[in-house]
Amino acid sequence: MMTMRAGSIATRFAGMTGSAALIAAIVVAAAAALPLVLSNYQVGLATEVLIFGILAMSIDILGGFAGRTSLGHGAIFGVSTYVVVYATAQAGLPAAAAFALGVLAATLIAAIFALLAVRTSGVYFLLLTLALGMIVWGICLRWTQVTGGENGIRGDVRPALLVTHSAFYWAVLAGAAVVAYAMWRFVRSPFGLTLRGIRDSESRMRSLGYNVPLHLFIGFTVSGFFAGIAGALYAMFNNFVSPSTVALAQSVEGVLMMIAGGVGTLFGAFVGAAAIIALENVVSAYTERWQTVLGITFILIMIFAPEGIIGKLRAIPTRKVR
Amino acid sequence: MSVFQLLNGLTFAALLFVVASGFTLIFGLLRIVNLAHGALYLFGGYIGYFVATRTGSFVLGGVGAMAAVAAVGFALDQGLLRFVRGNELRQVLLTLGVAFVLNDLALVIWGGDSFTVPIPQMLRGGLRVFGVFYPTYRLFVLVTGIVLFAALWLLLNNTRLGALIRAGVDDAEMVEASGVNIRRVFLVTFLLGSALAGLGGLMGGAFLSLYPSADAEILVFSLAVVIIGGRGSLVGVGVGSLLVGLLNTLGQVMFPELAYFVIFGPMAVLLAFRPLGLFGRAT
Repeated sequence: MMTMRAGSIATRFAGMTGSAALIAAIVVAAAAALPLVLSNYQVGLATEVLIFGILAMSIDILGGFAGRTSLGHGAIFGVSTYVVVYATAQAGLPAAAAFALGVLAATLIAAIFALLAVRTSGVYFLLLTLALGMIVWGICLRWTQVTGGENGIRGDVRPALLVTHSAFYWAVLAGAAVVAYAMWRFVRSPFGLTLRGIRDSESRMRSLGYNVPLHLFIGFTVSGFFAGIAGALYAMFNNFVSPSTVALAQSVEGVLMMIAGGVGTLFGAFVGAAAIIALENVVSAYTERWQTVLGITFILIMIFAPEGIIGKLRAIPTRKVR
Repeated sequence: MSVFQLLNGLTFAALLFVVASGFTLIFGLLRIVNLAHGALYLFGGYIGYFVATRTGSFVLGGVGAMAAVAAVGFALDQGLLRFVRGNELRQVLLTLGVAFVLNDLALVIWGGDSFTVPIPQMLRGGLRVFGVFYPTYRLFVLVTGIVLFAALWLLLNNTRLGALIRAGVDDAEMVEASGVNIRRVFLVTFLLGSALAGLGGLMGGAFLSLYPSADAEILVFSLAVVIIGGRGSLVGVGVGSLLVGLLNTLGQVMFPELAYFVIFGPMAVLLAFRPLGLFGRAT
């Protein structure tokens, strides 16, 4: 979306070419105008899209740029949600401190996941992150005195300043813009390029002298940090957390959004999140079988469009040229 | 750990072996990580429960569960997985989608209540073993696990099909080039693996009971078994099941709320030294 073109306008803003910066500014401004035309309910949905877009982007850092699809990011996300809700509702911490604590907890969990997962690749990576995520889910379900078990924990997490739908939406939008920019810089940094090199050929990168496990460890932890931000925002969005927030379905939805938006497109995550959340809402109006629809969507995308919606759209013009 | 707890661990390990051996057979030969395996287990349990209560026969329940789940496996392999052959990641994610659909379908058909498969008269009550009084049914599960291990061992090492499967695990293309219809071997393996999930569902349904999230729980245990034991190794599944079964029981005794964590630690240590599992080989 924001690829650099040779010979474009020479002025640069914060590492972006002038035109890319202009597009980014227009997109953010358009998104900021949404609450003026949408109902409160729709603003809530838009907020959700932004939050899950961040989660899907964090999965894309690993899946699209390091070639490792994680099925444990829902758990990392959910740990942050749990910590934020617990810290405000049970420990009585102010929102900002709880937020920081949640993100910190998610980053730590991600670091532990990363320590175990960096030695594996391909299907083993998928299995291991899946198993690790399930362990977090199992603990949240069973450790009743802290997590409230099946009932979860409820609490007024959102600070008074952001109680209205629009105010919270704008806050999340600002956060999402900053986070998206940070991730974009991250994947384009020399470090991000190294991750891409590892994705394309691990053995070549190793023989060039790169410390592959260390790079993957850092990449995973950074990705977990961003997932943690999404989780903390979700805590404020929902004011409630239960084991379903850390369940496999959460990771799967995140991966599905990432794939639907296009693996390795980064900002496609928001498109994917919007598509899946819109689908969820349309479906929920007619049936309670959202899980079935989610499963079928997954199957259909895997069979017909594994490169995602954006990838599919990109492929159309090239096909016509031929 | 008392004898009673040791037996608990061993019988749970036997159940895990039944379920995970099917999982690893498919993983080893077809390179398909079938994340719908847990859902197949749950389906097997429900169908087995249905047949066993209607006919009053536990054996018929087992046959019904295995046949029905093998049929689901057939549909999954021939109807869906054929479109994504050769791409590991797409296969895994596709089976995950199938798992979601099957789990939800089970909820629609059987609701959220938990069921316990009735234990046949013969296996009710208890027996005195090693100085403790222990439920006969769980001993039966233990014996079934051991018999199944022996049967699979003989199948893999002493039959033509077993030789083809082992050859297929090492190099499927070479087997095909030598004039064997490897697709058919793949299909038979997939059906066998699915049927084992169904059998596991019936057996587990009688002492762990069946409820909507049982599929996810058994799937995590199976994953742990395969991650520890390594891909496609029968001995690996056996050892992995024993380790996971015993550790899980130990965890439940010592830290009831964090039992999951106790299988995680050893898995972590193992992975640091052998990323492919105890008996896994790089291919």
